[in-house]
Amino acid sequence: MTEIAFLLNGTPIRVSGEAPTRTLLDYLRETRGLTGTKEGCNEGDCGACTVMVTDAAGPRALNACILFLPQLQGKAVRTVEGIAGPEGQLHPVQQAMIDHHGSQCGFCTPGFITSMATAHAQGRHDHDVVLAGNLCRCTGYAPIIRAAEAAAGAAVPDWIAADADPDAGQTLADAAHHPTTSDDLARIYAAHPEATLIAGATDVGLWVTKQLRDLPMPIFLNGIADLKQINRQGDQLRIGAGVTLTDLRTALAESHPHFSAMLTRFASEQVRNAATIGGNIANGSPIGDGPPALIALGAVLHLRQGDARRSMALEEFFLDYRKQDRRPGEFVEAVTIPAHAPVLRIYKLSKRFDQDISAVLGAFNLTFDEGRVITARIAFGGMAGVPKRARAVEAALLGQNLKAALPAARAAFAEDFTPLSDMRASADYRLEAARNMLIRYAADLAGDAVSVQEVRA
Amino acid sequence: MTIGQSLPHDAAALHVTGQARYTDDIPLPANTAHLAFGLSACAHGDITAIDLSAVRAAPGVIAVFSAQDWPDMPDCSPSAQDEPLLAVGRVHYVGQPVFLVVAETHLAARRAARLGRVTYAELPAILTVDQALAANSRFEQGPVIWARGDADAAIATAPHVVEGEFSVGGQEHFYLEGQIAAALPQEGGDMVIYSSTQHPTEIQHKVAHALHLPMSAVRVEVRRMGGGFGGKESQGNALAIACAMAARATGRPCKMRYDRDDDMMITGKRHDLVIRYRVGFDAQGVIKGVEYQHLFRCGWSQDLSLPVADRAMLHADNAYHLEHVRIESHRLKTHTQSATAYRGFGGPQGVIGAERVVDHIAHVLRLDPVLVRRRNFYAEMPQGGLSAPPIPPEDIFEQMKAGTFKAEAPGTGHRFGGAFSPRPAVQTTHYGMPVVDFVLRDLLDDLERRSDYAARRAEIARWNAASPILKRGIALTPVKFGISFTLTWLNQAGALVHVYQDGSIRLNHGGTEMGQGLFQKVAQVAAGVFGVAMDRVKITATDTSKVPNTSATAASSGADLNGKATEAACLTLRARLADFIAGKHQADAASVRFAEGRVWVAGADYAFEQVVAWAYQARISLSATGFYATPEISWDRTKGQGRPFYYFAYGAAVTEVVIDTLTGENRILRADLLHDTGTSLNPALDIGQVEGAYVQGAGWLTTEELVWDGKGRLATHAPSTYKIPACSDRPPVFNVALWNKANPADAVGKSKAVGEPPFMLGISAFLALSDAIAACGDGSVYPALDAPATAERVLWAVQRQRHG
Repeated sequence: MTEIAFLLNGTPIRVSGEAPTRTLLDYLRETRGLTGTKEGCNEGDCGACTVMVTDAAGPRALNACILFLPQLQGKAVRTVEGIAGPEGQLHPVQQAMIDHHGSQCGFCTPGFITSMATAHAQGRHDHDVVLAGNLCRCTGYAPIIRAAEAAAGAAVPDWIAADADPDAGQTLADAAHHPTTSDDLARIYAAHPEATLIAGATDVGLWVTKQLRDLPMPIFLNGIADLKQINRQGDQLRIGAGVTLTDLRTALAESHPHFSAMLTRFASEQVRNAATIGGNIANGSPIGDGPPALIALGAVLHLRQGDARRSMALEEFFLDYRKQDRRPGEFVEAVTIPAHAPVLRIYKLSKRFDQDISAVLGAFNLTFDEGRVITARIAFGGMAGVPKRARAVEAALLGQNLKAALPAARAAFAEDFTPLSDMRASADYRLEAARNMLIRYAADLAGDAVSVQEVRA
Repeated sequence: MTIGQSLPHDAAALHVTGQARYTDDIPLPANTAHLAFGLSACAHGDITAIDLSAVRAAPGVIAVFSAQDWPDMPDCSPSAQDEPLLAVGRVHYVGQPVFLVVAETHLAARRAARLGRVTYAELPAILTVDQALAANSRFEQGPVIWARGDADAAIATAPHVVEGEFSVGGQEHFYLEGQIAAALPQEGGDMVIYSSTQHPTEIQHKVAHALHLPMSAVRVEVRRMGGGFGGKESQGNALAIACAMAARATGRPCKMRYDRDDDMMITGKRHDLVIRYRVGFDAQGVIKGVEYQHLFRCGWSQDLSLPVADRAMLHADNAYHLEHVRIESHRLKTHTQSATAYRGFGGPQGVIGAERVVDHIAHVLRLDPVLVRRRNFYAEMPQGGLSAPPIPPEDIFEQMKAGTFKAEAPGTGHRFGGAFSPRPAVQTTHYGMPVVDFVLRDLLDDLERRSDYAARRAEIARWNAASPILKRGIALTPVKFGISFTLTWLNQAGALVHVYQDGSIRLNHGGTEMGQGLFQKVAQVAAGVFGVAMDRVKITATDTSKVPNTSATAASSGADLNGKATEAACLTLRARLADFIAGKHQADAASVRFAEGRVWVAGADYAFEQVVAWAYQARISLSATGFYATPEISWDRTKGQGRPFYYFAYGAAVTEVVIDTLTGENRILRADLLHDTGTSLNPALDIGQVEGAYVQGAGWLTTEELVWDGKGRLATHAPSTYKIPACSDRPPVFNVALWNKANPADAVGKSKAVGEPPFMLGISAFLALSDAIAACGDGSVYPALDAPATAERVLWAVQRQRHG
């Protein structure tokens, strides 16, 4: 790894000679002796390693266990040791966690503190969302939420605010591994199709920490600003591949509220802050939540290889299990969706509501004329080796009254899908739940109560 | 007075700043080596060849060991010497350690461990309780059977009979800090061990055994664990022994921590089981006779399975008086991880069987389950009144101490002991222990009022009638939990307290801190005895060289045992100081008072540290040990008779849920908990235990599903696939209160143990789901839900209601 520079708890540091896949967590604990940041799972699912990372876009919580050092160039990193002030003054969330008995064994606490301090700096009060990626086994969470609520009104301490515009210092540009434009990326990747593209590293990170793989020629994409744009083009939205799921969730909140709401249950705050929509698509997982939603929207995928570009309906990109229509040296540049989709509904089914991988994700997007279905796009994740359209179901609905066509459409699911049984759900359950999601969709459009998440005692 | 104050956890300020030091954070010498196990990929088979050449050649590898290197293979078992550190000849589960890698770094060790080539001649693997029963694969000779009365006859003559069977899943501890240990070789072959363990003495014992050293040559230190929950009672042995063996072989300090996936693959979990029941009852729902069969899947080695299954039998009554009962417990040996201690230690498995039975009865009779529960409760201890005075509970305790107590059995004509007015006889459990501290009737009165149970139950029924897709459910379940180790001799503890000449106090005891706040509670006891502020009392790491022969911090007993031992040590020291200062004033030592950091004697008062300094100069010993052995308990495991517990702790919870009948998705909407911790030593810490236990208990029965495939491979070995409750899974309305009435037994500060009992309050969530499912039918089909009640299981149960 060539030299990188970043602020660590307010102090500029330079790091060189490390493997490019050295995780921030290992670097903090083993090299810097900053042992406050904990390893709980080493795969981004528990949040014990959460750190605050600030750049021009503001502070974000990230999982240090799947964050590679090169991703930090130019940013400000704050670990739990840097959440208290330089004179040892406790941050308001730290004091509140003591006062409200928010720690028991204390092992998850540093991760909670950094998540809470980050949300506090962002002025956020959606504590359940902010903390969905921090697991605690002792407290049952109630005192932690009391602490977060108690600290919400306090001012952001100056030492936290000082990270806002990090001036970590320049390093020698390493364009080969850190392209800053998509043109650079296109050129480098075309020349080195064996390279590993790393955007948020929320999946690639596990190749390193769990599969213990060596990655040939890692290329880090997080410095490519032009891939992070969302542009309105007529009645379409063009979403750059480098847009994080956090930014997408925010951007779609008004135009696509159901998509945005689904993204609230997509992994966790820390993962959404790193993961990109391009990565979610290119990865090709049959249980990634982005693709079925996008397919139901009628998304068009834009690929680039060198100077050559092509576009395709997103569903055509997924050929077979983990096999995508992506050529050597070709990368996902953007995806285009309609600017509005009022009838889109997305239902995510997982063992746990937050931060869980879907057993089934169903996305429904029908349009009607005089009560009859005139267009139908229905797609599922978790039901096949790829994110897949339910074409037989769509056919059973087209031209029909939705309610009247439900029995036929239910029967058509078996034509579309032969799901697998695994640790998340059985094949029978997947099929039955998918069928029932269509019934839910009809009830949902009719205005019936269909969400257990909206019921209050 | 420090006892009873809601002080924060002693390390709270260290936790929130990242300064709290866990085992992996302890700076070790630069030449420390790191260890990883190579694991079996086969559930049952003979090892035909082990090729470790690629492991040895891997970068950073220092040494590699397998069975052929250690003919005298160390044993890791806490019970039966049936757990070789590394597999010898045969493997017994997928994940069993087969070889040990010693490398320069943690990562190098993990990488090298993947390179081993082990070949197996596969043998048939027994994975399920049915397979184990068919093969008679079990621990002990046959099932353990305890009976009282004649259950079969009572059921035969009862007006109603139901039977059922359900499975209850296991549970991964998911302590946030994984298993870890380090060994530092000392001069003369001695060894110092740092371990994340609930049982330092066990680590000391097992390491000494492995190294053929006397226990005096091994010192084990534990400052804190990042969670334990029973998972660090015996499961840390392998790491500590591996480190010690590697440290002796290489002469270097050695550290081992399991990566999370390895941790979940290697270590034991809560026992899953199948419960079968048959119950006869009358029209009021009163149980006439009941039979239980417990089929425990214990895994490949014995570990703690026998006492776990015993405790399930001991809690098969939960809060209900059973005259005619038979419990048959099978401890089945399977080729899976060796199931181990987990919060409740079999108690939850016993209690859920009892709660299932009363719920089933209520369903059949179409009664409010709470009514059926109340009708089967043990008799409340009388509180006095106009009638002839009953025997106060204290007197019964006295009689029990003296061995003169005799319970009056129903049907003997002596059920009404008072001369003129009715007084319920003291009832005994099915194992013959008098229940003299029963509080659940009063506690339920209070909880039903607080939770508005009856009105909400009616409102939910109305809501459900108008809601075709979503259904709500509500359930109230109680718990009665026996406090003490059932292995009677474990109920002992020691403490060592030093008072330094500046008046500061250093506190050592045998308990370990895993987040439960034990150290703070015990420090509150110590500060209370000396009448000093908490900042005088230094809490220290648990250290086998300070307090020997400790029991595991387990069975909820930490504060009871170590609090009493510490109190004894402090009282010894205080008596010395009182004698000394009274002597100076020609006063009676009994008149000396210690409070507010001062010592009052004969009209004078001095700062505590002044008295200490004078005592030091007067050559008075300022160090003392304390010891405590729980009184009055005795237990005959073979007969299943005696008084295994010093007292019972009680609690109850009301949970309301909503389910989606299309997918089975479900949420907890509200929980109201009322729990008995006696006179709380620290209400804030106790409430923390109650809240956390409830959420963990609800997790056990809802989202936490362990899945093994047909080859015996655990498919859920990381948090990506094994789902403990997340933040938003806690009840959005969560009312938690303490009963806060003095423990009639002479426990420390009249408090009660709190670690495990409230775990079982989570059962109310499970039965609330069952209630919501029942709302989908016409009342003719009992939901018969299996645990964990994942969305999938809930959906199938809903469909059984609708389609049979």
